[in-house]
Amino acid sequence: MADSKTETKTLGESLRQQGVSRRGFLKFCTATASMMALPPTMVPAIAAALEKARRPSVIWLSFQECTGCTESLTRAHAPTIENLIFDHISLDYHHTLQAAAGEGAEAAREAAMHENHGKYLVVVDGSIPLKDPGFSTIAGISNLDMLKETVAGAAAVIAVGSCAAFGGLPHANPNPTGAVSVSEIIKDKPVVNVSGCPPIPTVITGVLAHFLTFGGLPELDDLGRPKVFYGQSIHDRCYRRPFYDKGLFAETFDDEGARKGWCLYRMGCKGPMTYNACATTKWNQGTSWPVESGHGCLGCSEPDFWDGGGFYNAISIPDGDIARNIGLGAVAGVAVGAAAGMLNRNARADAVARHETVTVDDLEKTS
Amino acid sequence: MSSPIDFLLWVKGPAFDIALAVFVIGVVVRLLEIVLLWRKQDLAEPKGEEFGPGLRTVVTRMLPEAGSFKRSPFTVIGGYIWHIGFLICLLFFVPHIELLHSVLGIKWPGLSNHIVNAVAVVTMVTLVAMLIDRITHSVKRFLSGSEDYLVWLAAFLPIVTGYLAYHRVLVPYPLVLGIHILSIEFLMVLFPFTKLMHTFTFPLARWYNGAMAGRRGVQS
Amino acid sequence: MSKATLERGLNALREEINAPVAAFFSSCVNCGLCAEACLFYTETGDPRYTPINKLEPLRRIWEQEFTLWGRIKKALGLAQPVTDELLQEWEPLVYDACSLCGRCSMVCPVGNDIAYMIRKEREGFVASGNAPEGMKGASTRAIKVGSPMGVKFHAVQAQIRHIEADTGLEVPVDVEGADYLALLSSMEIMNFPEYIEALARIFKQAGVSWTLCSEAFEATNAGIQIGSSDIAAELVERVVKGAEKLQVKYVISPECGHAYTAIRWEGPNLIGRRYPFKVVHILELLDELRAAGRLKTQGMDEARLTFHDPCQIVRKGGVLEPPRNLLKQVASNFVEMSDHREMNWCCGGGGGVSANERADELRLKVFAKKKSQLDELNVDKLVTACANCRLMLEDGLEEYRVELPVVGLTEMLAEHLVEDNE
Repeated sequence: MADSKTETKTLGESLRQQGVSRRGFLKFCTATASMMALPPTMVPAIAAALEKARRPSVIWLSFQECTGCTESLTRAHAPTIENLIFDHISLDYHHTLQAAAGEGAEAAREAAMHENHGKYLVVVDGSIPLKDPGFSTIAGISNLDMLKETVAGAAAVIAVGSCAAFGGLPHANPNPTGAVSVSEIIKDKPVVNVSGCPPIPTVITGVLAHFLTFGGLPELDDLGRPKVFYGQSIHDRCYRRPFYDKGLFAETFDDEGARKGWCLYRMGCKGPMTYNACATTKWNQGTSWPVESGHGCLGCSEPDFWDGGGFYNAISIPDGDIARNIGLGAVAGVAVGAAAGMLNRNARADAVARHETVTVDDLEKTS
Repeated sequence: MSSPIDFLLWVKGPAFDIALAVFVIGVVVRLLEIVLLWRKQDLAEPKGEEFGPGLRTVVTRMLPEAGSFKRSPFTVIGGYIWHIGFLICLLFFVPHIELLHSVLGIKWPGLSNHIVNAVAVVTMVTLVAMLIDRITHSVKRFLSGSEDYLVWLAAFLPIVTGYLAYHRVLVPYPLVLGIHILSIEFLMVLFPFTKLMHTFTFPLARWYNGAMAGRRGVQS
Repeated sequence: MSKATLERGLNALREEINAPVAAFFSSCVNCGLCAEACLFYTETGDPRYTPINKLEPLRRIWEQEFTLWGRIKKALGLAQPVTDELLQEWEPLVYDACSLCGRCSMVCPVGNDIAYMIRKEREGFVASGNAPEGMKGASTRAIKVGSPMGVKFHAVQAQIRHIEADTGLEVPVDVEGADYLALLSSMEIMNFPEYIEALARIFKQAGVSWTLCSEAFEATNAGIQIGSSDIAAELVERVVKGAEKLQVKYVISPECGHAYTAIRWEGPNLIGRRYPFKVVHILELLDELRAAGRLKTQGMDEARLTFHDPCQIVRKGGVLEPPRNLLKQVASNFVEMSDHREMNWCCGGGGGVSANERADELRLKVFAKKKSQLDELNVDKLVTACANCRLMLEDGLEEYRVELPVVGLTEMLAEHLVEDNE
């Protein structure tokens, strides 16, 4: 994939070479600006910047992951402008996609690191096991070692998917591999978390576009996620929100409310606590998204979403077995209460036993 | 990692279990402590029943006595508004119904969020007014100790934090939702140790009052 | 001779804790509504007179010794102990500013029977020597002389002689096997002997078999008022012995409020056994006679009049309808006070307040409540059915310079009696 000829081309040249019209390019720039919540006046600046942007080297590291994130990015429908961005970047290492394997693949990675020192981007999907390095290795190199080594000369790291961003499924209780996120290991480089299981492809390309356009990383929220994509909750942007406010809820997947498209809160939708762009960008080229398809949001772009109670439990329901705990508490309460009650009865019986008859001769105090 | 989600999960998980345990054990202990003290058999020949008039008093004390209402209308009306408002928010906000459904296995129709929202505002305003009254009214100020103000706070916080959570005022949402649930846990933990217990003991108190009066042929 | 000590007082308070007390204290939220039901607060505006506040010593004992959490707090040194100073400070609140009228118990939103607890709390005050001098004296006289006012039976005999001379009626004394044993309050003996005459006339007309008992004529019970069950039991025992000796079927409690509470409701519990006779209030008996057509009256009192409900007879005694039924038979212009029956306002002198000279000033001050109730009605006569209320009403009216005759209901009935046998 490393092609020394295209390496010097700008994005604009590359796109034209691929047959993308000026009009199509500007359309992409406009979409990018609106997605990043930039004013329309920024479109020419974005276009100009992208036109001149140099092709960056990208090293993609896959650790404890399911390849869903890569699937999301390389989805199999007709190529789009976003795809062209990927075609344009120099994806120098991606062991799922690259033809080379073993030492040859590792050699490509080392070469890219060496040639683009200080400028290349590292994209990570998957979490890193800390309990035993042997849990996940590539070419005999542990994930931890490879991450540290690769990131050492990088400009920035993009943690793609909830595993890389927050630990994800491997991190779920009881976390047998001691899985951690990228940001728990990498403290000295900028890390962008593009969470989601998987993340929306447009969001990944949007982050890359931002990097290409402005030469840096976008503004991030408290969880290291780009604010432009993760600044609003699913709930706030959900087209079913009016039903929530009116108190109209589906209670099963096949009831009247479900057919009428009412709010899915009672069926466990995690939209209110989930920050992502699904409700606006949708999936599969704007075809649909989970809530539109009739299923509540799982909250996949939030940390520990696997451990956040059942997918079909409303957010308001605490995680423990409440009914059982009440039962246990009542039993313990009866035991302690009976003991306390006996203590009180004894205290009173003692007082009664100590009673000295009051006569009119002892109405005055001892002085 | 200490993110708002971690906080929410802690609040909904271990913290809720602890609060629930303190609440359930504490309330059961308090109730047993009371009833096990028993009372001596009354040897005086009764003029009326105990059980029925006792139950009647449990119900009739829902309404204020006319004279004290006239003398202290604010206490009575304010008391009604905030107790009823609190119960409406607790029992008819759909997320709360879901919680109760998961415990009790029964559910009932909720109210529109706009209505619950309005009720919450009225309840908060009333609670603030009640606090001002407690600070300024000579009898209430005289009677009140730190516990009274603590209990006021414990009743006020769930409504305020619930209001903030509903309006998603503090972002991120998991943080404000977590704070809301934590405020309820605070209320639950305080319950057995404070006069919040009246929630469970008032029927006992009213019944004893009504029963003792009923035995003498008076409906109290 | 034993003496009152703090330890005895605390012990007495511990003995009084039971399930109702625990339920009541657990339920109080300091809403302050009981203050609005208490004339000692409404007429003075002093928040210390809020009924629930008067229970602070008993509340502390309950919390610190009868709740698990309270025990823990006490062990950690976080509890305020009940000291002799506290009891001294509270003594005027518990004795001078509470007439045990029980009005607060009717309004408490959570249902606390506050008067019931004050009665219990007084046990601790007596045992610790923190009772008012006036009530100590009354109790001592009741035990040693036979009556709180120091009245002996020869005083009763003197009144009987007068009545018999005036009316030619016979007042039976120590008649074994009579149906009814009539008790008297020493106030009636000394201040309102008309009551004895009225009984004699009514019973004669109605053909009631009755008697007085030379060994048990006193109905009042200073032990109930000061709050000592031991003293109260001794006084009740006298009546029970007298009634048993004469083998009566009924004992009549006179027109005296706390006497009815003492003999009717507390008595069997004080002596620990049920009576072999029944206790009736004089108004209950008269109403029965009226219903049976045995109480024949003539003429109607046309004066505008009202009835003062004695707390212990009405609210705490359940004698609600008889006074109304009886009044309607002899009065054509009877009007009710604004708060009446079980919601009446106390005369201010119940619960031993009248025996406690220290409380006189406060008692007369809070009488303003009764005065304002009377002012609303503009009546020409005030009827009641309790010698103590009657005395307090007269005293209060005099203090407020109101000219209003106060009469006992039994006497009023006797005045209208059809004297068919004469």
